[in-house]
Amino acid sequence: MIRDITLGQFVPGKGIIHRMDPRVKILLLIAFIVFIFCTFNFVSLGVCAAAVLFVIFLSDVPFKLYLKSLKVIILIIIITSILNIFYGSGTPIFELGFLKITLSGIYRAIFVSVRIICLILISSCLTFTTSPTDLTDAIERLMKPLKVFHIKVHEIAMMMTIALRFVPTLLEETDKIMSAQKARGADMESGGIIKKIKAMTPVLIPLFVSAFRRAYELAMAMECRCYRGGNGRTRMKILHMKPLDFGCVGFAAALLAGIIVCNLILPAVI
Amino acid sequence: MSIIEVKNLRYTYGIGTPFEINAVDDVSVSVNEGEVIGLIGHTGSGKSTFVQTLNGLIKPTSGQILLEGKDIWEKPKEIRKIRFRVGMVFQYPEYQLFDDTVYKDISYGPKNKGLSDEEIDKTVRSAAKFVGLSDKLLDKSPFDLSGGEKRRAAIAGVIAMDPDVLVLDEPTAGLDPKGRDLLLAQIMQYHKERNNTIFIVSHSMEDISRIADRIMVMSKGRLVMFDTPKKVFSEVEKLEKIGLRVPQITKIMMSLKEKGFPVSDGILTVEQAMSEIVDLLKKEGRL
Repeated sequence: MIRDITLGQFVPGKGIIHRMDPRVKILLLIAFIVFIFCTFNFVSLGVCAAAVLFVIFLSDVPFKLYLKSLKVIILIIIITSILNIFYGSGTPIFELGFLKITLSGIYRAIFVSVRIICLILISSCLTFTTSPTDLTDAIERLMKPLKVFHIKVHEIAMMMTIALRFVPTLLEETDKIMSAQKARGADMESGGIIKKIKAMTPVLIPLFVSAFRRAYELAMAMECRCYRGGNGRTRMKILHMKPLDFGCVGFAAALLAGIIVCNLILPAVI
Repeated sequence: MSIIEVKNLRYTYGIGTPFEINAVDDVSVSVNEGEVIGLIGHTGSGKSTFVQTLNGLIKPTSGQILLEGKDIWEKPKEIRKIRFRVGMVFQYPEYQLFDDTVYKDISYGPKNKGLSDEEIDKTVRSAAKFVGLSDKLLDKSPFDLSGGEKRRAAIAGVIAMDPDVLVLDEPTAGLDPKGRDLLLAQIMQYHKERNNTIFIVSHSMEDISRIADRIMVMSKGRLVMFDTPKKVFSEVEKLEKIGLRVPQITKIMMSLKEKGFPVSDGILTVEQAMSEIVDLLKKEGRL
């Protein structure tokens, strides 16, 4: 059940997207998200969606995994599109009491769902193709200018790395403790919500205890290796922009141009 | 009569993915009431998966587990009842302790079983006695105990459910030699008094050879051997081929035999070896 969540999972591979500089990937992800919301007619939306699908196609990650990540948010997509159907203006094509469905409402619903799907797909693509360490490394680099404001960028990045690193460990631990308590007759499935929450105490307490124990051990191990924060630390792997990265930036720029042209030539529908 | 009968058990991880693997592959065994079964095998041989199917924590992909002749998955909704009858102690069970006193923690299982307060008190105290926890410790927080005491408390929590079959997954892992011997002695004492069936997974061939009536040897999910310690440990080559070894003392006695000393086969413990050698020396008039 917990293991079905794909968001944040890394899939090792050697595709083009895997080889990109993680900094470029993060910046392009932000750019793509902006693009997705800059589409005002079906052609530009289509161009944008096609670009997202193209990136996914290049990513060397099984398509099944993307579908899995969509499965989690399918309910959100359905609810938002239903709400949007009733929010349009103009002449209604269908009326039921105070509920009115208009053409613009239907357009809105389509736009919203396509946008959410693109959003999830492209951000999944980032986490699927970038290892957590690369990701935090890139975030640290990108946030470097914040040092001017005395923000401890390295420490924040280190915390993120550690948090990401321990997600699977703690999931496994949860599984184990749940099995152990089930073996002692714990009943976690039946009963109302209060009973269910109460039934979770025998799982949560050992989990917290072990999380603290691990944190303590890790802190000790880091101290033994003379860790003292980010000051004066150098990197083993220094990130470099390669021709591939410039190519990807060029692709994104072309996409932006395409979307702008489509928006200008064709009338906006929402 | 056989208390547990496993028929063609198979469990597959990751069905439909490229990582599909049979963790347990076509295992059939029949275990009699009161037997102590040792389970040995290399890491990843499927021992832990196998024992977790015994009390229904894992549902087998195919095959059956019969508890006193009845399929445990006959009524999936009542699988909880099976877990009270087949008690399971996990690896490093001390990580499951959660309540504010040892007493309350041990009583978690019996409470889930639905016993009355009086019965709970009785069963908790007798379980604590079996594992050698004094009354004074029962009112302490489980987190204040020492490592060995925590392990005992956790095992008591399963024993307190008074299971007919007790499954222990590496109960002595991480204990010092003294604590290990003591814990094994207590488990055997418990077995003697209740005459229940015990499955014990271990990496220590010495421990297993000493306490088990029969040994299951697993490799790559398959049951390779299922026989008495004497017979299992006489197949040195077969064991070494799957990455296991025989107890050190058995190996020493075997080399003595190869050298031409008339010692008997299948010596499993240091005590047996000692009396054997003493007898031999006496016979030769050197002692």
